[in-house]
Amino acid sequence: MIDLLAQVQLHNRSGGGASCVADNGFCPGWIVDNFTDRYVDPFFQHVYLTVVSVAIGFAIAFALALLAHRRRWLIGPITQVTGILYTLPSLAVFFLLLPITGRGNTTAIIALVAYSLLIIFRNLMTGLDNVPEEAKDAGRGMGLTDRQLLWRVELPLALPEIMAGLRIASTTVVGLATLAFFAGAGGLGEQIFADINFKSNVVTAGGLAVLLAAALDGLFLLTQWLATPWMRARSA
Amino acid sequence: MSDAATLEFRSVTKRYPGQREPAVEGLSLTVPAGEICVLVGPSGCGKTTAMRMVNRMTEITEGDILLDGKSVRERRPAELRRDIGYAIQQIGLFPHMSVADNIATVPRLLGWDKARIGRRVGELLELVSLDPETRDRYPAQLSGGQRQRVGVARALAVDPPLMLMDEPFGAIDPINRERLQNEFLRLQSEIRKTIVFVTHDIDEAIKMGDRIAVMRQGGKLAQYATPAELLMFPEGRFVEDFVGADRALKRLALQRVRDVDLWKAPLVRVGEPVRDARGKVSDSDLEYPLLVDGDGRPVGWLSEKGLRGERVERELRSGPEPIVDLDDVLRDALSDLLQNETQYGPVVNARGEVTGVLSIEVLGHALRADPESVPSGADALFPAT
Repeated sequence: MIDLLAQVQLHNRSGGGASCVADNGFCPGWIVDNFTDRYVDPFFQHVYLTVVSVAIGFAIAFALALLAHRRRWLIGPITQVTGILYTLPSLAVFFLLLPITGRGNTTAIIALVAYSLLIIFRNLMTGLDNVPEEAKDAGRGMGLTDRQLLWRVELPLALPEIMAGLRIASTTVVGLATLAFFAGAGGLGEQIFADINFKSNVVTAGGLAVLLAAALDGLFLLTQWLATPWMRARSA
Repeated sequence: MSDAATLEFRSVTKRYPGQREPAVEGLSLTVPAGEICVLVGPSGCGKTTAMRMVNRMTEITEGDILLDGKSVRERRPAELRRDIGYAIQQIGLFPHMSVADNIATVPRLLGWDKARIGRRVGELLELVSLDPETRDRYPAQLSGGQRQRVGVARALAVDPPLMLMDEPFGAIDPINRERLQNEFLRLQSEIRKTIVFVTHDIDEAIKMGDRIAVMRQGGKLAQYATPAELLMFPEGRFVEDFVGADRALKRLALQRVRDVDLWKAPLVRVGEPVRDARGKVSDSDLEYPLLVDGDGRPVGWLSEKGLRGERVERELRSGPEPIVDLDDVLRDALSDLLQNETQYGPVVNARGEVTGVLSIEVLGHALRADPESVPSGADALFPAT
């Protein structure tokens, strides 16, 4: 623990607006001067951690959902296992994994993926279960194979719920990834804790995290809007 | 694909595991090519199960179903189903696909090229009387009736020789249902498909069916007959009750005025010699001559006063009402007679000229007619002529 906290070193607060910095105010001048050096790399590391975790989480949850869609008895066990992974505190998972996977991205991503599985899986299942029975019956009755029915009818119709799952998962993973530096994976969290008493620092790093969450959320929303023209047609 | 197929059930039985009673038991019947066979019965009689075994949406336990003499069990379900039109009560349009994409479902599965699919969608929209503008709409933007038409167009997309329809008009309000039924019969008079049509409504069965299979609890066939036969000679209490106490009236609904032997009308015109007029009356079944105008349209029943002189004069004892149209169904014509408290009414053709007289006696005679002579299904509404 001591070893881990040791990495949270104090940065020296150099740069413009010296008096503002000394007063621990909100200093735009200081932020502008330090932005490139202090925040750009952690920000992209944070994006990397989030996107890779959600992508892997989606891939695994998708495979699990397809499996459970065909073999309904698997829904219970899968929900329970992913549920346990979801409730485990991420910090605890980081420490549990350290002896096995060591410090770095891998450890952080494993923990974040484990966390996102339940959210994405549950939304996938809800989406597939909400596909109208008569649409499935008509599809089968017209000669669609199970696979064709899945890709042409069930998944497109489940898209709104699937996207909702991805939005929740991505925004929460952005938040959790602020702890990834405990696993030695950096990110905006490292920046926040590097000088947690300095308002300008915390506001900038924290603000970037919020911005990232909002941007990802908006991106998924836009994708969904583009991919589901039939939902818009309803009101037209 | 071919025009229409012959469908044969050969002692088909369906048993679900864990259920003592079979859902369908030993069902045997043949549907000739181009005819509508209605499976009708109370809920739980196995009519839908019987239909779903045809395209193997439900697997056959015992027996066989032959399509043009070929067993459906020998074919892969998905391929078999692409050759059989399928329309269900809730229609089951894909909400995420436009009307055109919905209709194109089976053509795409069969790998048709884009241009051919586009042409076919256009043809089908016209066939089911849908505005070409609906092509790019989504199902949620359509009315119930329009959705139903898209469902029928989709089932007809690759011109299948057989169509399965499970209560296709079940979710439509009564007024639109009547319209869609008539439209569908008009369509059928053009396309002449073999159709298996499931309903719980005996009136719909009588209207739509060339043949009706009445099914009862336990999946047993109670009677398989033409609508007229069914109404005239119901076999057993169950069918009798199911067909209803008003089966004579239902039979009258199957026939049109043009289908029965009308009385010859003693038609007279003003100014005609009275001797000729009296001669016409004595030749006919009626007591009074019917006065018509120069174009042969009915004016009214002449009274004795009009026949007193040398020439016929315009002296009416009553108006011509009710005037019955050749295309009216007998039930409506009977209702007109009853409403006007009269025994007979002049029958006119499309130009309004009197072609005969319909009387209560004529209607009674029609009820005793040979069921073979009573048309059914699409033939009744849209004769081949």
